[in-house]
Amino acid sequence: MKNSLVQIRNLSFKYDEHADYALKDVTFDIYEGEWLAIVGHNGSGKSTMAKLLNGLNFPKEGSITVDNLLLSEETVWDIRDKIGMVFQNPDNQFVGTTVQDDVAFGLENHGIEREEMIKRVHDALESVKMEEFLDQEPHHLSGGQKQRVAIAGVLALRPNIIVLDEATSMLDPRGREEVLETIRQLKASQEMTVISITHDLEEAAKADRMIVMNKGQLYREGSPEDIFQLDEELISLGLDIPFPVKMSKMLKALNIPVSKHHLSEEELVEELWTSHSKM
Amino acid sequence: MDISLKNVEYRYQVNTPFERLAIQDVSIDIPSGTFLALIGHTGSGKSTVLQHLNALLKPTAGEVVIGERTITSEKKQKDLKAVRQKVAIVFQFPEHQLFEETVEKDICFGPMNFGVNEEEAKRRAHEAIKQVGLDESILQKSPFDLSGGQMRRVAIAGVLAMQPNVIVLDEPTAGLDPRGRKEIMDMFYQLHKERNLSTILVTHSMEDASRYADKIAIMHKGQVYKVGTPLEIFSDPEQLIEMGLDVPEVVKFQQKLEKTFGHKFAKTCLTIEEISQEMPRFLKRGEA
Repeated sequence: MKNSLVQIRNLSFKYDEHADYALKDVTFDIYEGEWLAIVGHNGSGKSTMAKLLNGLNFPKEGSITVDNLLLSEETVWDIRDKIGMVFQNPDNQFVGTTVQDDVAFGLENHGIEREEMIKRVHDALESVKMEEFLDQEPHHLSGGQKQRVAIAGVLALRPNIIVLDEATSMLDPRGREEVLETIRQLKASQEMTVISITHDLEEAAKADRMIVMNKGQLYREGSPEDIFQLDEELISLGLDIPFPVKMSKMLKALNIPVSKHHLSEEELVEELWTSHSKM
Repeated sequence: MDISLKNVEYRYQVNTPFERLAIQDVSIDIPSGTFLALIGHTGSGKSTVLQHLNALLKPTAGEVVIGERTITSEKKQKDLKAVRQKVAIVFQFPEHQLFEETVEKDICFGPMNFGVNEEEAKRRAHEAIKQVGLDESILQKSPFDLSGGQMRRVAIAGVLAMQPNVIVLDEPTAGLDPRGRKEIMDMFYQLHKERNLSTILVTHSMEDASRYADKIAIMHKGQVYKVGTPLEIFSDPEQLIEMGLDVPEVVKFQQKLEKTFGHKFAKTCLTIEEISQEMPRFLKRGEA
């Protein structure tokens, strides 16, 4: 049975200057070791959710419990040790003058001893494959490399949850793939729980579970397979459906038998091959 | 207005220890009315090329012809205002540049800066706000009370109000949700047609490049690697993938099918409709 790591209960939030709630009565769980993708249109409440999760804002109503700790002004620093955040803009989160200083920054704030710090910086940079860049200055790095350093900075603090708040949206395709591959490997090797807030539906299709937000409310939760059956409904929510699903639908309309709406191109190609080759 | 880059080279910080060659021997023709997509990864020189299109940068060698003006390294350039009014750049996240008290004032700022009187500027603001799909009532609001998507549209309206002939878009849909992306791109495409603009789109999205552009230029390591129609460019996907660039999903899918089945489609398909049409014939050959 999956272990619930984070419990979000009846969460509501309103920014002072706005009349409408940014989040309204949202309840869900985040399970240990899963990759959860949160999708939704601009302004649907995704990023507000991220900010509440590590106490950058506090809810007006409802509660967040992380690893049995109720999030409050008293516990926020303990909870930030458990949840690491990577934000959208690679240029806005670099604080050190070199790669290793940047990764060490969080550790220094935590008063970690020098010996231990050096070890953790190395380990973290190794796990994002940036160990050769220790003394490089940030402006020599590509966007993807900068985001990997940001991830290393988070990893050095050994959180159990990592939140990616549109962390790949400003990267080129190569940078995006670099970052996602890094996260996939980390998740496999370190039992990390990953929450990815994203507009990239191809990426969301590869998650273990998805949550669809709409106008501040939780619209639907389920496996990518379930969610993408919603089809036209997703488009009406300002979202889209991944290419393999569109292709599967098209083929069905042409009376070419396809057993289901495939989420990966490989699966779809495989099925077409199996049913059309006389091998 | 025709734009043409001829053997353009640009070096940053010439005659210092930091001198760096950013682009070299770049030649691209952009005849009036062209929709050109400029593609390449981070660091390939796209942004440097972009800044030559309205003389924000002056080439260190070669020449840039913008309408009647020729910009070279030798000549001292005077009065570039006219050029910059005709060639407008919409930078990434243009909403970060909003600053006025009201949307109307913000849109009027550009035209008035170029000498248009207030009455005319306001008339243009009303026209531009409608063109970006917003209601005129928004003109009296503060830009900072708007949603992200609305702010971006207001920023774009500010550019349109200058009535440029050429519009340069640097990743105009970054950070938007899928619907927002499609709406903004459809809007630019419509403006392109209606106003007979030249449009230059800098993008990472191969889907957008293939859907909207007449011509695609690929930048690689500071040089133009290839220029062609979307069909010409995507007929050779292997090469692009080797360079670490993406290709449209349809092209990728066609490639995977061809590899698995061991035979080719009759043509390179750029849309899901095209590949669906070709599919029955392609699958039949697998059975034969």
